[in-house]
Amino acid sequence: MTRNAEGLLSPYRVLDLTDEKGLFCGKIMGDMGADVIKIEKPGGDDARRIGPFYHDEVDPSKSLYWFAMNTSKRGVTLDIEPPEGRSIFKKLAAKADFIIESFPPGYMAELGLGYPDLEKINPGLILVSITPFGQTGPFKDFKGPDMVMWAMGAGPTMRGYDSHDRPPFRISHHPQTYFHAGTEAVVGAMAALNYRGVSGEGQHVDVSIQECVNWAPLGDWDFNRRSRKRGQAVNPLQVTHIWPCQDGFVMWRYTGGPNALRHSVPLARWIVAEGMADDWFKNLDWANFSHYTATQADVDHMEKVTLDFFMTKTKAELMEGAIRNRIMLYPLSTTADLLESPQLEARKFWRDVEHPELGTSIRYPGTWAVNSETTPRISRRAPLVGEHNREIFVEELGLSEEELRTLKQAGVV
Amino acid sequence: MGKLPLEGIKVADFTWVWTGPTTTKVLADFGATVLRIESAKRPDIWRIQPPFKDDKPGFNRGAIFNSINTGKMSITVDLGNPQGKELAKKFIRWADVVTDNFAGGAMKRMGLDYEELKKIKPDIIMMSSALMGQTGPWHDSPGYGDQLSAISGLHEISGWPDRIPGEIGFYTDFIAPRFNALTLLAAIDYRRRTGKGQFLDLAQYQAGIQYLAPSILDQVVNNRVATRRGNKDDYAAPHGSYPCKGEDRWCAIAVFTQEEWESFCRVIGNPAWTSAPRFATLEKRKENEEELDRLVGEWTIKYTDEEVMYTLQAAGVGAGRIGTAEDQMENDPHLKFRQFYQEQDHPELGKYRPPRQPCVLSKTPCRIRRAPLIGEHSEYALKEILGLTDDEIETLVINEVIQ
Repeated sequence: MTRNAEGLLSPYRVLDLTDEKGLFCGKIMGDMGADVIKIEKPGGDDARRIGPFYHDEVDPSKSLYWFAMNTSKRGVTLDIEPPEGRSIFKKLAAKADFIIESFPPGYMAELGLGYPDLEKINPGLILVSITPFGQTGPFKDFKGPDMVMWAMGAGPTMRGYDSHDRPPFRISHHPQTYFHAGTEAVVGAMAALNYRGVSGEGQHVDVSIQECVNWAPLGDWDFNRRSRKRGQAVNPLQVTHIWPCQDGFVMWRYTGGPNALRHSVPLARWIVAEGMADDWFKNLDWANFSHYTATQADVDHMEKVTLDFFMTKTKAELMEGAIRNRIMLYPLSTTADLLESPQLEARKFWRDVEHPELGTSIRYPGTWAVNSETTPRISRRAPLVGEHNREIFVEELGLSEEELRTLKQAGVV
Repeated sequence: MGKLPLEGIKVADFTWVWTGPTTTKVLADFGATVLRIESAKRPDIWRIQPPFKDDKPGFNRGAIFNSINTGKMSITVDLGNPQGKELAKKFIRWADVVTDNFAGGAMKRMGLDYEELKKIKPDIIMMSSALMGQTGPWHDSPGYGDQLSAISGLHEISGWPDRIPGEIGFYTDFIAPRFNALTLLAAIDYRRRTGKGQFLDLAQYQAGIQYLAPSILDQVVNNRVATRRGNKDDYAAPHGSYPCKGEDRWCAIAVFTQEEWESFCRVIGNPAWTSAPRFATLEKRKENEEELDRLVGEWTIKYTDEEVMYTLQAAGVGAGRIGTAEDQMENDPHLKFRQFYQEQDHPELGKYRPPRQPCVLSKTPCRIRRAPLIGEHSEYALKEILGLTDDEIETLVINEVIQ
C-alpha cells in the first residue's frame, strides 16, 4: 500500500508525538494523504498496551486500539529528552509542516522545543498541542482521563435525558473525549494551514479537551437562568424512545399533528397491514393526536400494540421496512450489525488493510467522505515499534548505520 | 483588528438545523464571509423551536440558533420560486464554497448539484453533509442526530449492562461537524495550491462510526460484539461517577496507577478498608469493584463535587465535577480564564454568550460576532454583493422572491 498521493494533505509532513490523548489527529491527517511520522519513545508508546488485542494476544504489536488510531502513519522511536535525541528531532522539525503533541503544558518548552524555539528553526511550522485543559489557566495541570473529561464537559449523558436513578455515565470502551479533541485538533491545524497559505507563517494551536466536549445546554442558562435537571422529562407523559425488538433495540418515537402523516402514519399502516392492530389502533386519528392532550392510557395502548409488532421483527427487517415506507425508525446497531450494513457496503466504506506481520489483511472502517478529487483513505497499517528508523534516520537524515546502532545502545532511539 | 485565516473566503450557505450550521460557524469564526440563504416560509428549525429568550418565541430569539450561527449574514430567498433559484445561482457565482446538509439528493432535485454548480463556477468547492451521503440505498433517508447515534452503533455501547441502552442525545451531531469542517478547510487550502475545486460528499454516518474503530476491529478479528459497561474501564478502579453533597451532585474519579491509588487513599484519610488485601492491586480492586464503588461513594457523599475534584487533583488523581449549565457558565474558573464564552450585543436579546471555537490559534484566534437576524443582510447582499439596483431589488420583493 502506498501513501495517498492524491490526498488533500499529500504535500505535508506531520511529526506525531502524541499519546492516547492525541493519536486520532495524526490518523485523520494521514488518511488525508499527509506523510505522518509517529515518534514513540524507545520500546514503544504506552498506548500499545491498550486493548483489545489481536486474538487476545497482549503484545505491543497487536493492540487493536493502536491499529485503529495509527493508520496511514510510519513510525520511529526517539527519546527527545537527551541532547542527541533533541538534535535529531530538530532536524526533522526543520522540514516538517505540522508537529502534534500532547505532553503536559510546558514540557516541550523545558526541552527547548516550545513554539518560539521551533518557529526559529522553521517559521512555517504549525505546532498543535492537545491537553486536557489547554496550555493556560488554573486547571492546566489537572489530570484528564476520559472519565474526568466527560464530567468537565457536562455533556448529554452526564446531565441529560436519561433516568436519574443511576450515576451519570460515559459512553463505554473508547476515550470519546480524546477522539473529539483529536478531530478538533485537525480543524485547528487546517485553519492554521490556511493562514500559512496566505502569510507563510506557522503558529501554535492550543486544543483543550474540556472545551471540545463542552455541550451543556447553554440556552436554558444563558437565556433564561434555568439549569436542566437530569432526567427531566421532555414530554408530559411517559413515552418510549428505545424499544426492544426480536434481536436488539430500535429507536422510534410517535408524533402527532401535521408531522404524523410523514412519520407515525406509515408505521401505523405497516402494523395494520400485518394484522397486528386492534380496532382502537386502526381508528386512531393521528392528525389530531398530541402528547399534550392524550392520556397515559392512550399512549400505553398505542405502545403495547407497537411493542408486540416490533418483537416479531429483527433490526434488519425493521430498517428495511423503514427505508421502504419512509419511516424515521432506526435500529441501535451493534458492531456486528455495522459490518452487515448495505449502505456502508454501497459506499465502499470498508478497507482491507494488509498486515504482513500477521500473515493476513484486516477489514478496517474507512473513509468519512467521498470527494470528487481527494477521497481520504487508509494508506497503510499502523507502524511496528521503530519500523521506519532506518528509512527516516539513515536514508533520509543521513545518519550512518554505526551512528544508528550507537544511538540505539544509548537508548536514544 | 487581528488577522484571520479565512479572510476573503466567501460561502453561500444553504445549511440549517444543527450539523450544517455548526460546520459553517467554524468558517465564519475564522474570518470567512458566510451568507446564510434562508427561507422565511420554512424557517430554520432553531429559529422556531424553544428554548427562546424569556420563553417568548421569535425568529431571532432562539438560544441554539444564536449560539451556532455566530458571525454569519442572512438573506431570505424563496428557493421554490424560479427567480429565487436564479438568485441563489448568482450567489453561488460569487462564492468560493457552497454548503448544505439536506438529505442526500436534495440539492440535485433543486438543480443545484455539483455538476450544475461547476458550470456556474468551475473551481467551486461544494460540501454536502447528509446523514448517509449522496449515494447508496439509504441515501435519502431522513433523520436527526439521535437516530444517527443509534444506527452508528454509539448508542448500543452506552449505559448499563443490566438495562436498555441509556440516552446519549444527539451525540453524532458533535462528531460530524468537525469532520465536515476539517475536510472543507483542507479543500480550501487544496484549491489555493492547485486551483481545483471539488465536491465533498460527507456522510455523517461514516464520520460517527470512526469513534468506534477499535471495537469494530475487535468484532472483525475476535468476533466480539461490544456491549455497554456502565462506567467500567479495564485499566482503572475506582473509575466512575460518585455521589456528592447536595441534590443530584456527582464527581467523576479515575484511579489508574498504584501511585494514584496510594494518593487517593491518603486524601481520604487512609480508612481501614483501603488496606484490605482485596483492594491492594488494580486486579483485586476490579474483582471487588461494586464494593469499592460503594465505599468510595460513602466518602464522596460527605463533600461537594468541587471539594472532591480540587482535593483529588491537588494530590495528582484525576477527578472532575459534573456540573450543570449554570456551573459551566458561572462556576468554572478555568473556562472563565480561557474566555470560552464570548459576550455579544444583540438587538433583540440584549447580551448573550456564545462559545468560541475550541482550538486557540496563537496568531489568528477566531473572532466571534453575534448571529444574524432573519433576512438582516438581504439588502446588503443584493446591493453590495450582487450589485443590483434599487428597482431590481424592489421587483424581487414585490414578487416575494426575497422576503
